[in-house]
Amino acid sequence: MTKRPVLLAALILGGFAFVGTTLVVVTERLTAARIEQNHREFLLKSLHEVLPRDELDNDLLADHYVTRIPELAGDRPLTVFRARKAGKPVAALFSPVIAKGYSGPIELLVGVYADGRLAGARVLSHMETPGLGDRIDTSKSDWILGFRGRSLGTPPEKQWKVKRDGGVFDQFTGATITPRGIVKALKTTLEYFRDHRDALFAHPADEDHKTENHRD
Amino acid sequence: MTDANYRQIIADGLWNNNQALVALLGLCPLLATSNTAINGLGLGLATTVVLLASNTTVSAIRHWVPPEIRLPVFVLLIASFVTAVQLSLDAWFHGLYQVLGIFIPLIVTNCTIIGRAEAFASRNPVLPSALDGLFIGLGFTSVLFTLGLLRELVGQGTLFADAHLMFGEAARGLTLHLTDDYPGLLLAILPPGAFIGLGLLIALKNLIDKRRAARVAARPLAFDSRDASPAS
Repeated sequence: MTKRPVLLAALILGGFAFVGTTLVVVTERLTAARIEQNHREFLLKSLHEVLPRDELDNDLLADHYVTRIPELAGDRPLTVFRARKAGKPVAALFSPVIAKGYSGPIELLVGVYADGRLAGARVLSHMETPGLGDRIDTSKSDWILGFRGRSLGTPPEKQWKVKRDGGVFDQFTGATITPRGIVKALKTTLEYFRDHRDALFAHPADEDHKTENHRD
Repeated sequence: MTDANYRQIIADGLWNNNQALVALLGLCPLLATSNTAINGLGLGLATTVVLLASNTTVSAIRHWVPPEIRLPVFVLLIASFVTAVQLSLDAWFHGLYQVLGIFIPLIVTNCTIIGRAEAFASRNPVLPSALDGLFIGLGFTSVLFTLGLLRELVGQGTLFADAHLMFGEAARGLTLHLTDDYPGLLLAILPPGAFIGLGLLIALKNLIDKRRAARVAARPLAFDSRDASPAS
């Protein structure tokens, strides 16, 4: 092959790279605002599933900070959202809290009221076996809704376990490890909240409005 | 190109050369996202859009690209289209995007797309290439959709679950539940169910083709036997 065709081929390839990149850049520009809005709406929707909209009056998405809490999320960053009404703390939401599942980590959104009761928990993502462990998901069963209102005193600390381990929480037929992991993660979250309550609500909010988006 | 050629392209894409049932290409996304009818339809349509765009473009530039850089140029174009489709889905079909997730970027690796670019679009004019892309895509979509339908029905006893992810909230009513307490057949939802389902679909296609071939073959045979018996 002579020099000329090689150079020409390189130029043509470069030209197409430019065209392709332009296409992607233009699409990105056109969709960026909408995608950002989708992600915020999705996040807000899942937050309000745990904590009803009328229980707070602050901008939940803005009043947050990203931190690392090894007990709750290992080495993953975790976002803490603070719900307030008339300036008074209402609840804190943690996303994602990592529970140990049967086939990998389970990401949870956990809300805790200022008085230490659980507002609720939702599974954000999991890899549990379909038909067995996936009943932690609200689309499959209401099991996880049963935690609303629980606190470190109800049930007593020793019974914060699945029934098989002598506690009060149901496990599933054929899947004990999954519920056990979630119960443990919720208990750890409540304990963390009990020990750090005031610091959590006093922590300054992050400047930027970007949040750790667990689904990306 | 004559009408007969166009008819041939359509028949090949949908049936004779169906990429999923005959060429067995694109199995990774096919098997992974066919757990419900809506998921199958979503990924199928996304693939069709990419096929249509890539076939049309490849055909339009076929005289400008030296053969030695043909493949890199095709891959580059396909990857750009897939990224554009991915961003558009995220923006306008956010729910569906979250379900299909990682399989959208994987459309790039679907051999069907580079295969059609190389085997058809780089050798044919724009119009037939676009038609080929569209119908190869629709053929692939129909298999994905049928397989999704079967797996969803057998596996969890529903039809069109999550239709609202694709068609908006109004489509929630589309979802059908067979009975209230269908126990579900886990096998159909898990990956082996996809392989078994695809195997059954391929068997069905081969059966239909065989029957049809037998019927075509039977006709001249009947004439022959009549001609060959002058004694009667």
